[in-house]
Amino acid sequence: MATNKDRVALPPPGAQKTNLTCHFCIVGCGYHVYKWPESQEGGRAPDENALGLDFRKQLPPLAVILTPAMQNTITDKDGTRYNIMIVPDKECTVNKGLSSTRGGQLAKVMYSPEGVGRERLRSPRVYVGDQWVDTSWEDALALYAGVTKKILDNDGPSVLAFDCFDHGGAGGGFENTWGTGKLMFTALKTPLVRIHNRPAYNSECHATREMGIGELNNSYADAELADVILAIGCNSYETQTNYFLAHWLPNLQGQTLAQRKQQFPGESIAPAKIIFVDPRRTPTIAIAEQAAGKDNVLHLDIEPGTDIALFNGLLTYVVEQGWHDKDFIAAHTKDFDQALRANRMSLEETSRVTGVPEDKLKLAAEWAYKPKASGHRPHAMHAYEKGIIWGNDNYLIQSALVDLVLATHNVGRRGTGVVRMGGHQEGYTRPPYPGDSKIYVDQEIINGKGMMYTAWGANPFQTTLNAEQHRTVILRRANIVRDAMASVRGGSTAQMVDAIYDAVKNKGGLFLANINLYPTKLAEAAHLMLPAAHPGEMNLTSMNGERRLRLSEKFTDPPGSAKPDCLIAAAIASTLHQLYAAEGKQDMAARFTGFDWKSEEDAFNDGFRMAGQAGADPIDSQGGATGNLVTYQRLRAMGNNGVQLPVKEYRDGKLIGTEMLYSDYKFDTSDGKAQFKPATWPGLPKPVAEQKGKYRFWINSGRINEVWQTLYHDQYNEFVRRRVPMAYLEINPEDAQALAIASGDVVEVYNDYGSSYALAYLEADIKRDQTFMQFGHFNGVMGDLTTPWTDRNVVPYYKGTWADLRRIGTVEEFKETISFKTRRFKA
Amino acid sequence: MAAISRRGFLKVGGGVAASVVIGVPALTQAAASSAEGRVNLPYPMNAISKAQELQANTPVAFSYPDAASPCVLIKMGSAVPGGVGPERDIVAYSTLCTHMGCPVTYDPGQRLFKCPCHFSIFDPEHVGQMVSGQATENLPSIVLVYNPDDDSVNAVAVDGLIYGRQSNLL
Repeated sequence: MATNKDRVALPPPGAQKTNLTCHFCIVGCGYHVYKWPESQEGGRAPDENALGLDFRKQLPPLAVILTPAMQNTITDKDGTRYNIMIVPDKECTVNKGLSSTRGGQLAKVMYSPEGVGRERLRSPRVYVGDQWVDTSWEDALALYAGVTKKILDNDGPSVLAFDCFDHGGAGGGFENTWGTGKLMFTALKTPLVRIHNRPAYNSECHATREMGIGELNNSYADAELADVILAIGCNSYETQTNYFLAHWLPNLQGQTLAQRKQQFPGESIAPAKIIFVDPRRTPTIAIAEQAAGKDNVLHLDIEPGTDIALFNGLLTYVVEQGWHDKDFIAAHTKDFDQALRANRMSLEETSRVTGVPEDKLKLAAEWAYKPKASGHRPHAMHAYEKGIIWGNDNYLIQSALVDLVLATHNVGRRGTGVVRMGGHQEGYTRPPYPGDSKIYVDQEIINGKGMMYTAWGANPFQTTLNAEQHRTVILRRANIVRDAMASVRGGSTAQMVDAIYDAVKNKGGLFLANINLYPTKLAEAAHLMLPAAHPGEMNLTSMNGERRLRLSEKFTDPPGSAKPDCLIAAAIASTLHQLYAAEGKQDMAARFTGFDWKSEEDAFNDGFRMAGQAGADPIDSQGGATGNLVTYQRLRAMGNNGVQLPVKEYRDGKLIGTEMLYSDYKFDTSDGKAQFKPATWPGLPKPVAEQKGKYRFWINSGRINEVWQTLYHDQYNEFVRRRVPMAYLEINPEDAQALAIASGDVVEVYNDYGSSYALAYLEADIKRDQTFMQFGHFNGVMGDLTTPWTDRNVVPYYKGTWADLRRIGTVEEFKETISFKTRRFKA
Repeated sequence: MAAISRRGFLKVGGGVAASVVIGVPALTQAAASSAEGRVNLPYPMNAISKAQELQANTPVAFSYPDAASPCVLIKMGSAVPGGVGPERDIVAYSTLCTHMGCPVTYDPGQRLFKCPCHFSIFDPEHVGQMVSGQATENLPSIVLVYNPDDDSVNAVAVDGLIYGRQSNLL
């Protein structure tokens, strides 16, 4: 067949059309899926294709996004082949018809035997002797449940470790988070659980929640209304793309002036300004300067890890100037004076610690907090992400930031908000966590604790901190079990379970199950793999960064016998139920009831819709008690605009949601008053300071635009793999030259905690002695270099490590096929 | 790109290089015949320029495969993957961004194509690779054939879908 992708098949009029929320980043852009028999095609005339576009002539710019990546040919369970096309929804208020480079490839990553998904798990697999082999669900479940039961009966639940997603989007959603949560917390009752990218079962927003402010408290529309956007440790063009392009940029370019004048009559209104807080000059900063003009962009390029000092200095200065909102503080907050005392830092000292000149600090304060010419307080939206979440003391930075926001009344008013930008979408509905303290699970595993480890839609090998030690220990412990399993030839499942149990109980082994879309790096250690499904192959609900809940509709079947995670959880629970019932242990059997779901909708109704209902057990749910108003049918009718949680009511056939939280100033504390928190600047943590003292280069890290997370799809996607076959490392050209490193060279990055390879990418915008390494890559794991230090809630400081570099050599193919020209846009 | 290995050429530009020797008459003939029996679209063969008339790093605008599809031809100045001509340095691309069709502009200083709408960046020295941006496809390459007999650089096909079309041939 021709391989030149210079044609696409058009959906004919009447092609099936369903809704799909992009399952990659938090923004959750709306898309439409067209599906029609492969043998049919639409025509070029507007009435001959379902898009209603006239393809008989060249379409003008911005008319459509329709690329070969947006189409695929899939096969349903009955063997019928269909063409699909997945294109952005122009009516969706989130993306307004835009697609990102990730969401634009939603069709391409759908399973087809020759496509990106060719390495998908299609049936359960078990490690026998020295090889992975396919097996039946019955066999796989008998082994999984058999080992689980043996451990549960003899050693209790607290040695059953899980590393499980707890989010929305692919592999998550309210259905799957509920299904897995009910299995782990209600049925098994294990506390030894960590969350996909972090080493404990914890939030990344403890401080702001304790202060009474949920982290997703405004709408994307508020970025169109702000006078100033503070982008703190977030690189939004690359990581929340269409939120930035469809909502921030129009305001920066003055396109929302009319809307703002209408919203805020009598106020001075000018195109928004933007203040970036980031040690690195990111691609987003370059674009903002291009779009808004340099005079409207301020970059506070702080020394790594000094955010707390910055916010404390700004708070002190703002209060000295009298720009804080005394009435708001008095009426709706508490403990302002204590926080102000604890956080007090002169501008001079702030400048010394952060490395930002005093005049720049003053300018930032004036832009964001000084009353406008009209006398009104500016609407300053504070957006933050991994620079803070994974920064130097998550808890304290968040406290310092929210202190500043509260003092200046930048929450609860339109055009403001102190919001997490987010990574992936959200979808949390689970029974309460069965423990009263946070367990640093990675350290438990490293120290030989835990007997069974289920990695569920998670890949700690590529994403955790101190990853090299963590991975090394798991591989060693898993090999003990592999040896034990290999010795059982011709044995029954019961004999295999006994051999595995002996290895994990008496020999230091660890039995590892991997439940995922793909084998992933976990296959190097695992003993059992179960195949999961993603949106499009199942119905799935998630909410985005403005709490917007949508239903992604199923339009095809998962490959092979893969199942939605919630139904895998149900199958595990049912198997355990049968095992206990057969033994006559009715009390234990009862723990594994309540999983009789036939579909993901059943799981949604059992979890999300039962939260806060009379007679229901306690459920922690982002849908709250009004989640009950949401049904699949009602949500389907709301299309790609869905409804913003919490739902207020169902009226006239529509779900009515909440655009902005705290507009009534009733904060989420016992007395409704927002809580100031002391956050004294602590300096760098000791293990991090030690690395800084010993090694030259700061190893900053993060995601890049073209790649989603661990590249679980992308490693098989030639468009992405060819561009980023290895984690790249941005480095200053003069630093590189001194080490004889050229763009495209492979370098070793090493410190006391580990060593990894990366691909040097010389970039003049990177400061001397600093680097930026792509996070989460399968080919060069950045986490190998991260220290084991965490904050008080076991949140890592991924961004804080130092290392040395050494040139290794050249991979000929990379040098020839990858462009190393600057990724910073400059006209 | 000062040096490029033989291997790189074989991989990216092999088909083009081979057609320099034997391809031109065959292609001319094929374009004139009916489309029956073909899996490739019947692209026209259009002469764009003489190689010796091109100045290094100076884009030459042309349209291909029809007047509604703007393209540029650039002699990069040293051999690049997919490059044709005596120096193997001549390449051509559609100038409609593959994301939403805004016209990309060539920056001779950085030797990059840039889209003003959503800030995608493409590298003509790496087969139109997207360096950064929101496209899901690299910039479509215009497949070129160099005829040493008359020094002509000819467009013969397009590798990749031109924005705003169901098919590259309207």
